[in-house]
Order: sequence, then structure tokens, then C-alpha cells
Amino acid sequence: MKRPIKVLIAKPGLDGHDRGAKVIANALRDAGMEVVYTGLHQTPEMIIEAAVQEDVDLVSVSVLSGAHMTLIPKIRELMNTTGLAGVKLIAGGIIPDADAAELKRLPGVAGIFGPGTSTRDVVSFIQGMFPGR
Amino acid sequence: MAHLQELLGRFASGDVASAARLMSVVERGGPDAQRVLDAVYPRTGRANRIAIAGPGGAGKSTIINELTRAFRAGGKTVGVIAEDPSSPFSGGAVLGDRVRMTHASGDAGVFVRSLASRGSESGLSLLATELADVLDAFGRDIVLLESMGTSQVETRIRFSADSVVVVLTPEAGDEVQSLKSGLLEVADIVAINKSDRPGAESLARDISAIAEMREKPGEWKTPVVITSMRDGKGSEHLLGALSEHGRYLDDGNRRATRRSDALKARMRALVEESVRVAVWQGPILGERFDAIFERVTAGALSPWQAARELAESLRFESRASR
Repeated sequence: MKRPIKVLIAKPGLDGHDRGAKVIANALRDAGMEVVYTGLHQTPEMIIEAAVQEDVDLVSVSVLSGAHMTLIPKIRELMNTTGLAGVKLIAGGIIPDADAAELKRLPGVAGIFGPGTSTRDVVSFIQGMFPGR
Repeated sequence: MAHLQELLGRFASGDVASAARLMSVVERGGPDAQRVLDAVYPRTGRANRIAIAGPGGAGKSTIINELTRAFRAGGKTVGVIAEDPSSPFSGGAVLGDRVRMTHASGDAGVFVRSLASRGSESGLSLLATELADVLDAFGRDIVLLESMGTSQVETRIRFSADSVVVVLTPEAGDEVQSLKSGLLEVADIVAINKSDRPGAESLARDISAIAEMREKPGEWKTPVVITSMRDGKGSEHLLGALSEHGRYLDDGNRRATRRSDALKARMRALVEESVRVAVWQGPILGERFDAIFERVTAGALSPWQAARELAESLRFESRASR
């Protein structure tokens, strides 16, 4: 039987701005997904631990601090070594196009959504990742 | 199937990821979920289960965070099942209880699982109890169940735990609201949280008075403890009340009786669900329903007459097939 798509939304690092993450969480809820929101100031290790325990289908992080080139590869690497190799990672926030292109080349990073992305695009992107769910 | 056996094997040796995967199997339901529940059931019964119920915003997650800290300090391992409501419109849910559970992260002795209610409206779903079974079988000493933030609960919550804590706050309506909601009927302990706000003492007195009226000689007297998680106050009273209730249950065979009552209630619910599914999926009812529904729309029968007739025909059917 089916379970709705379950997504972890986390804010790694030091920035305290989570309106974007909350807006996305609500948009995914309205699209019928189950969203585990972990709140601010999460270390990559905390995010991985939550993703393992919650057995989510997708990990989504929001980074507005400028530390995305450090945090996102770190999270992806940890996912690969802790049994979450098969779980995709997406990210949003203030991520310049050049950095986004580089991050998207990392295996397992499915999408990077910069400023101005509509919630509808994020929803349909995720739905496209899980056909039939 | 082989995959499931492998997961169960790793689960038995304490692998967290396998426990999480097995919980997802249970969540999806169907034959695999049944296999998992059958396999874990013999290993359940060791954990002390504590349910935390109360309206949204009362501080349930924060209290669970504090209890987790205290139980961990006492060397106990902790599992948490936190249920939040699903949207009746989209079916989606935002599960935000982890935000408050700061003592959970970075500690292998704490396992937190969030759960969406998916249409269940009873405060704690049957599924929450099943996931608690998995954590119990996983060897967690304490399993904390956080109910949905509803102020109306069914008695089922009583059957989901050894101890039920109901969390109320001042300024959240008068005590009549609490009476109406039935929350007090299921409470083993009442915590008046956010007591830094005005009105806590007076609410505690009102609730105590109501609790006293319900008291029966020789039975548990529901304590009302005043807490303020913001100011770090009163959690020792709550912990004390929980230990006291634990001792009360362990005096004689009260815990066994309570668990047996719970098991019976749970089995009844399972039987009702199985019968409901069997009846609707069986070949008989669908056809007859359509036929009799036509007679109702034609005005030949009332819906009540039709339902009685259908139920009677099924009863006859089951007798004949014996």
C-alpha cells in the first residue's frame, strides 16, 4: 500500500531565517505530502539522524547563510555513508546559479532551487521524482 | 519477504535504520505490515509507555523533550512516537514535533518517529500504538506517545499507555472546556503547563476539585502538577508523579490488569476493522447494496429498513456457511 511522499525539511547551519522552509513545508502539505520539519540550526549529523529515524523519501535543506558549498556536499556525503545512499537530496535558498550548477553535479543531489522559485515548481519537481505516489 | 526477514534480523540486533524501515512497512499496511507486527509482538511488553495528551500548543513536545532528558540522565533509553493531524483536504501533514525535541538529537539512546494521523481523529491512532510496539520490541525502556493536538479525545488513549499525562494551560478556556472534552477522564496525571502565565494556580485548584470528586477509595488519585517548561519549573514534580503512578501500577497486578484491558480493547478494534473490511470486500454486500439502494431511492424503503435488511441477510449468510 502507498504512503504519502515523506519529506524531511531542515535548516542546516547558523542562519535563522526559516520562512522559506516553512512556506515550502506548507506547499508540500497542501500537495498531500507528509513533511517532517526539524527547525533551525541543525548540524549535518542531526539532519542525517532525523532522516534515518523518520525513513523519509527525500531530504530537503534550506540554506541562506552562504555556506551551501560546504553544507550541501557534507550532508550528501554523510547520507551516502549512513545507509541513505538511495535517498535524494534537494536544496533551496540563496544559491547563485554557478554554485547550483556545481552542486547539481554531485551524485544524489536532485535539484537546487534558488530565489524566486515558485512553490508550484518545487511541488511538481518532487511529484515527478515519485511517479504514482 | 526475504527482504523482510533480513530487516527483522538486523532490527533484532539493534539496527536503527532497520527499525525505521520496519515502521514504514507497518505504516503502509497490508500483509507485510501484519508479518512485521506478528514478528515483533512477542518482544513487546517491556517498555513503560507514557502518553502525553492535550490541546495544540499546550507544550506536549516540550514536556516530552524534558522527560527525555530526565530519563536519559537516569540511564533509560527512550523512544518517541509523535502524532500530528493530516489535512482532511490534501491528505498532507506538517510534522513539527522534532523542533522542540532538542535533547533527542545526537543521542543514540533516543529514537523519535513522527506520524501523520491519516484520517484518525481519536488523539492517538491505532497505528501510533503499533509503532510504539515496534519501539518496545526494539528494546526502548521508555516509549513516549504524543497525541495529536486535539482537545477532544476518545478513551482509546487510555489503552495506549501505562500512564496518561494530560497537559492543560491557563488562558485556554475555563475548566468547563476540560470537562467537556473528556480529557480529565483519561488522565492519570494532569500537568498545568505554562504556569508563568496568570491563572495557573486557580486552574489547578479547579481541576483538583474535579479530580477529587471522581476519586474512589483505594484507587489512584489523579495529581495535578504545575509546570513551566519555559522557566524549567515543575518537571521534577511531573517526574515524581510518573514514578508514583508507576509504583501504584506495580503494587499488586494493576499494571497487568490495565494492559489486559488495553489488549482486549485493541483486539476488539482489530476484529471490528477486519469484519468491516471482510464484509465490504466480500462478494455479497456490494451487489445487494446496489440493489437495495435502488429501492431506497425509489422510496420503497427507508435507509434504516434497508440497512437492517442487509445486516440481517449477512447474519443469515454466516449462519448458513457454518
